[in-house]
Amino acid sequence: MEIFDSLVLGFSVALSLQNLAYCFIGVLVGTLIGVLPGIGPLATIAMLLPLTFNVPPVSALIMLAGIYYGAQYGGSTTAILVNLPGETSAVVTCIDGYQMARQGRAGPALAVAAIGSFIAGTICTLLIALFAPPLAEMALKFGAPEYFSLMLMGLVTAAVLAHGDMVKSLAMVVVGLLLGIVGTDVNSGMSRFAFGIAELTDGIGFVVLAVGVFAVSEIVSNLGDQEERQVFTSKVKNLWLTWPEFKQSFGPIMRGTGVGAFFGVLPGTGPAIASFSSYMIEKKVSKTPERFGKGAIEGVAGPESANNADAQCKFIPTLTLGIPASAVMALMLGALTIQGIAPGPQVMTQKPELFWGLIASMWIGNLMLVILNLPLIGLWVSLLKVPYRMLFPAIMVFSCIGIYSVNNSNMELYLAALFGVLGFLWLKLDCAAAPMLLGFVLGPMMEENLRRALLISRGDPMVFLNRPISLSFIIATILILIIMAAPAIRRKREQITDAA
Amino acid sequence: MKVDLRENRDFLSGLMFIVIGLGAVFIARDYPVGSALRMGPGYFPVALGGILFLMGLYVMVQGLIKKEKVKGNWSVRALIVLPLAVVVFGLMIERTGFIPALIVLAIISAAAGREFKFLEVLILAIALTAGCVALFIYGLGMPYPLVGGH
Repeated sequence: MEIFDSLVLGFSVALSLQNLAYCFIGVLVGTLIGVLPGIGPLATIAMLLPLTFNVPPVSALIMLAGIYYGAQYGGSTTAILVNLPGETSAVVTCIDGYQMARQGRAGPALAVAAIGSFIAGTICTLLIALFAPPLAEMALKFGAPEYFSLMLMGLVTAAVLAHGDMVKSLAMVVVGLLLGIVGTDVNSGMSRFAFGIAELTDGIGFVVLAVGVFAVSEIVSNLGDQEERQVFTSKVKNLWLTWPEFKQSFGPIMRGTGVGAFFGVLPGTGPAIASFSSYMIEKKVSKTPERFGKGAIEGVAGPESANNADAQCKFIPTLTLGIPASAVMALMLGALTIQGIAPGPQVMTQKPELFWGLIASMWIGNLMLVILNLPLIGLWVSLLKVPYRMLFPAIMVFSCIGIYSVNNSNMELYLAALFGVLGFLWLKLDCAAAPMLLGFVLGPMMEENLRRALLISRGDPMVFLNRPISLSFIIATILILIIMAAPAIRRKREQITDAA
Repeated sequence: MKVDLRENRDFLSGLMFIVIGLGAVFIARDYPVGSALRMGPGYFPVALGGILFLMGLYVMVQGLIKKEKVKGNWSVRALIVLPLAVVVFGLMIERTGFIPALIVLAIISAAAGREFKFLEVLILAIALTAGCVALFIYGLGMPYPLVGGH
């Protein structure tokens, strides 16, 4: 069995002492920022990205991935115990999780979140191992037209699934594409949108943009509408599930995993949509929907499994096609690029230890989260007592060191300050920044593939429609746009994204 | 209901897209556009700028119809102070070295908040700086002088 060999290779990489240590640091930092509101995985990974320069690529990815899924995990802990979603994906968990805690069932709620996440993580690890190789093999046959159409589809899906108005999200994608153009054109050597600034001829730094837009502007916004946080610590007992509770949760966990895996492979926003959809489904299939909102364990089990499944399956398109499925995945690809590895389907064949090591580490990381976090819950909750006024200067300090250490350039710091202001403007105007980041990452690749495609076809744009794979991507793109623009679905989408 | 244009969320968004789109087309006007067969460096930016301009118009008109207000406040203080802190750090790091730049960065950043207790902030700044020196300079071996220019 080839998959078996691959998984063995993966585990042999992931179980090395060094990689175990990076995995541990990753999930620990992830849980920490997951617990703390006001700082998310996006900003943290952007901030820590420069620190991974001197680390081997596998270890760097293992740690960054750990931060990502660890954060989903930490977010649910505070959602259940103090009704405070540490991450947006945990908003849904607050509904029934906090009710359970108020009824003295915080233990089972936390346990089901942990067990559900772990089961979802295990299934998704297998899914990735099964589906990633054939996908990558297919992608290796893609030419420039296929790549262009695929990226177009990815960007459109990301925009329509993003929070808020669809046209604005699409426009933000275009803004990102334009930002991606800044720098020297590889074909003509001409520098574009550089305004005579030497640093800009190399393009806008990935870290600069991400930290400016996602860390600095986030703090500005938090300081704007600051509200006093209240922390109630409740005693947590019985951190385990009884057999009836487990039977009750098993279906939701499986369905949640399915929902999460589905949304995971679709390029789109964070796991919030997956967990919200799972909640809706559980409420619909339940024989006693009136219990939802009053401490139904299914309302915790489903969404928690869904957001973890989503987080992991996002790696499928990212690693096999080189197309990031979310803003965090764009950062992962950024980490690869910084390490000198070009993302794409060839990664799996040329660097199998990187791919399979990462996959195996995710399973190990999920196990660590279960073992570690249940006993540490008291510690995480007491962390909430750290006031935000102590936290945000620390975030600023880490951000600035992160940016400066990339190129030792103070111009990049000034640029980050500018993007901080811009990012805040986008936040206020409800223009989603995540699609912008995807556009920024894909921009140069898209232009390159567009040029190449038209060169092969001697300038005939029909090349995108004549080739079957490319045509199917284009048709899918148009279908997605039509479906999402249909009034009924549009309303539903607005409901879901608003609630999430 | 009347919503001032300066508070009309989508009108402002549209305006921003139009400005960026037109700006891109304007700056790229001198880049050779080429043909579809041999695309010049100007082709993609001009096309994107045009698309963005059209989307901006649509969003702007939507704003005039829907009249959604910008939510929350503009947190002017943080909006000025935090980017300023980043800029000051940029100005200092090569002239004064790592430690003074970090302390100033932490103190200015803290001033963006509503509460500012000087002693607390000072202790926080020193603790953060010490932690960062240990982690980045000694731990990760970053080559920045602790004090003084380079």
